[in-house]
Amino acid sequence: MDKETIKAERTQEWRLDLRKQIKAKERTAGIRAKMTERDPNVRNKNSDEVNMGLARELAVAEAQRCLDCANPTCINGCPVGINIPKFIKKIEVEDFLGAAKVLKETNTLPAVCGRVCPQEKQCEAQCFYTLSLKKDPVAIGFLERFAADFEQNSGEMSIPEVAEPNGLKIATIGSGPAGLAFAADMVRFGYDVTVFEALHEIGGVLKYGIPEFRLPNTVVDVEIDNLRKMGVKFVKNFIVGRTASFDDLRKDGYQGFFVASGAGLPNFMDIPGENSIGIFSSNEYLTRVNLMNAAKEDYDTPVFSGKSVAVIGGGNTAMDAVRTAKRLGAEHARIIYRRSLTEMPARVEEVKHAQEEGIEFLNLNNPLEYFADKDGRVKSMKLQKMELGEPDSSGRRRPVPIEGSEYELETDTVVVSVGVSPNPLIPQSLKDLEVTRWGTIVVDKESMQSSIEDIFAGGDIVRGGATVILAMGDGRTAAAGMHEYVQNKNK
Amino acid sequence: MSKIIEKEFFSENVARFEIDAPEIAKSRKAGHFVIIRIDEKGERIPLTIAGSNPEKGTITLIVQKVGVSSAKLLALNEGDDILDVVGPLGKATHIDKVGTVLAAGGGVGIAPLLPIVRAFKEAGNRVITVLAARNKDLIILEEQMRKYSDEVIVMTDDGSSGRKGLVTHGMEEVIGREDVNLSVAIGPAVMMKYAALTTKKYNIETLASLNTIMVDGTGMCGACRVTVGGKTKFVCVDGPEFDAHQVDFDEMLLRLNAYKQEEVDAYERFLK
Ligand SMILES: Cc1cc2nc3c(=O)[nH]c(=O)nc-3n(C[C@H](O)[C@H](O)[C@H](O)COP(=O)(O)OP(=O)(O)OC[C@H]3O[C@@H](n4cnc5c(N)ncnc54)[C@H](O)[C@@H]3O)c2cc1C
Ligand code: FES
Repeated sequence: MDKETIKAERTQEWRLDLRKQIKAKERTAGIRAKMTERDPNVRNKNSDEVNMGLARELAVAEAQRCLDCANPTCINGCPVGINIPKFIKKIEVEDFLGAAKVLKETNTLPAVCGRVCPQEKQCEAQCFYTLSLKKDPVAIGFLERFAADFEQNSGEMSIPEVAEPNGLKIATIGSGPAGLAFAADMVRFGYDVTVFEALHEIGGVLKYGIPEFRLPNTVVDVEIDNLRKMGVKFVKNFIVGRTASFDDLRKDGYQGFFVASGAGLPNFMDIPGENSIGIFSSNEYLTRVNLMNAAKEDYDTPVFSGKSVAVIGGGNTAMDAVRTAKRLGAEHARIIYRRSLTEMPARVEEVKHAQEEGIEFLNLNNPLEYFADKDGRVKSMKLQKMELGEPDSSGRRRPVPIEGSEYELETDTVVVSVGVSPNPLIPQSLKDLEVTRWGTIVVDKESMQSSIEDIFAGGDIVRGGATVILAMGDGRTAAAGMHEYVQNKNK
Repeated sequence: MSKIIEKEFFSENVARFEIDAPEIAKSRKAGHFVIIRIDEKGERIPLTIAGSNPEKGTITLIVQKVGVSSAKLLALNEGDDILDVVGPLGKATHIDKVGTVLAAGGGVGIAPLLPIVRAFKEAGNRVITVLAARNKDLIILEEQMRKYSDEVIVMTDDGSSGRKGLVTHGMEEVIGREDVNLSVAIGPAVMMKYAALTTKKYNIETLASLNTIMVDGTGMCGACRVTVGGKTKFVCVDGPEFDAHQVDFDEMLLRLNAYKQEEVDAYERFLK
């Protein structure tokens, strides 16, 4: 959204009035709303969503804290440029459906983003409260979730208007946030959009990765249903490049392809003993539980419910895995991370929740080797202690091993969560596709077009492991890019 | 959803299914497999595509009862649906004219061996096939194998069919009397291990098709990992075929037992 529009909207009558109603001083006197959360000692035994959302009064009070700044820096912190003050002011006047509508101008999945975005690094980091007042920022994420949930629960979900169908066929490969955001925009432009998904569920990481206690499937399903109502078609169990090739699909009349196949290839550390039984990638561990319902008695897929579980890594995925382990009954559920707590890439809220739930944090520890029993089952690991040295290229202080600090720790389950690499299926099936040496697809940043004219790409397959909001942003950029490309081609 | 078009029992515990899967029927090659999930509560299991009929839009799967999922599948009939079928997965077998190919199939490995035997034969190779199993009932597809092999040798542990002895005895015999250029071994991990040791003695290049535990089958989870030549590989995307002399079969054998107890429990629940 351009600055002029944002400015013009800020000077609309209702916004002017609203700013006059409560003095800035009063607004800044309020304290940041606290999220209602389930009791840590109850929730760590079930899969109920931890955050319960803000009550209506709390949301309105929180919205009043927002100063509706002349220079809304928060918007700069949002990767998709949501008109943040506008949606918050809609909440202040209790036009909650209106607030949801504002969110949807730029964000296809607000109920998801309100739950999983790292707001403390994005919008909330750029909030006037954070930057100038040195106070807790407006709880933008909580408010986003509030408005989106209100709409989902209202039964008055607005189905965005779609243009007259133009009959042009477009394929989306992958149904994660990038693919869904792309499909939403393309169907709005009037295209005939089909989303192909390799797995038996639509949603990508939102379904197989992020657990129910953080993002309930129903929240995602409502959005997918909405897309269906707008006319998007979904085909499950279809691997583009294998089930059918790009050429097959071109022959079927598809005019453009958006590759949003994610970063589905788990990294391992390549240390001795890593292939012992009981050592999983976080993708496997979470897929078994989330996609295959392995923890439920009447489902066939098994999963280990270890008593002493060690999760290697410090990202969101690691937090999800370790909290899942606790819920499956682990007595010790530990995070093993080679840097300190402050360098952890996970969302601050997840770390806090994990701590409350009794997760043990072994920071500044790094695994060197695993030991197995005679059946090949992991029984312990050798760890080395680390200390922080000089900052590295990422700006974080580099962990340095402490000589002679090795020790052994008993463990019966290990989840390796040290990042993912791009899914190689698509690049393998397209010889002419330009990829980086990490295997990510090279695209033009303005349009997301790849080295092959009718193929666009975005999300984790372009960025490596990134975030939901960035993937969605890519989907929208690609939709604009492809719209232009297809229209020019068909002139 | 994929419909079962035809079902035929080879023996009490082995059946052939023809399944409606038009896209896969068109794109599959020898060595490819599919992942299926029978119903909402089912697990995702890999099955080799034993053949296909692109005109009819069907693929053939041969299923032997080994656990809950295969038992559930065998209980389905013509006209029933399989909830999810996805593929073709894995790398296709590299088929070339190499001369003489020694194909060795043990038990459950006989079905996935069939399309490979056929492809090598059709590429103009001399193909000698050794089929081995515990007893006569577990020797399947003998007729079809004969159709695509220059010679078929049957070995059973108890001598109830063919000759009494192990797969490696049959292989040694062939290697002893003619020049073998390539060997392909598919079967239980122990069988492949010993088949590989046998051909290694004679320096015969050997392919093994590995049947590890899988979840997604697209390289996303790493459940299928094995060590080949000292490096970790994912069977579903890097395989399923590998240089048998490089595969760490001992590790693979252990990993296959990862869920033994859970499987027994699940099977008991299924029988109830
Ligand atoms: C456990 C976990 C927790 C996370 N937590 C957060 C968080 O809190 N906040 C946040 O912002 N981000 C988080 N992330 C990262 C975020 O989920 C990803 O950045 C985002 O999902 C990427 O979206 P995508 O659309 O590019 O790909 P994905 O969501 O990975 O979707 C790709 C889809 O494409 C399918 N596919 C692949 N190849 C093919 C093919 N050839 N044909 C058809 N389909 C194909 C895949 O099966 C998959 O479903 C987390 C990731 C994980 C794993
Ligand atoms: S089965 Fe999941 S990576 Fe191979």
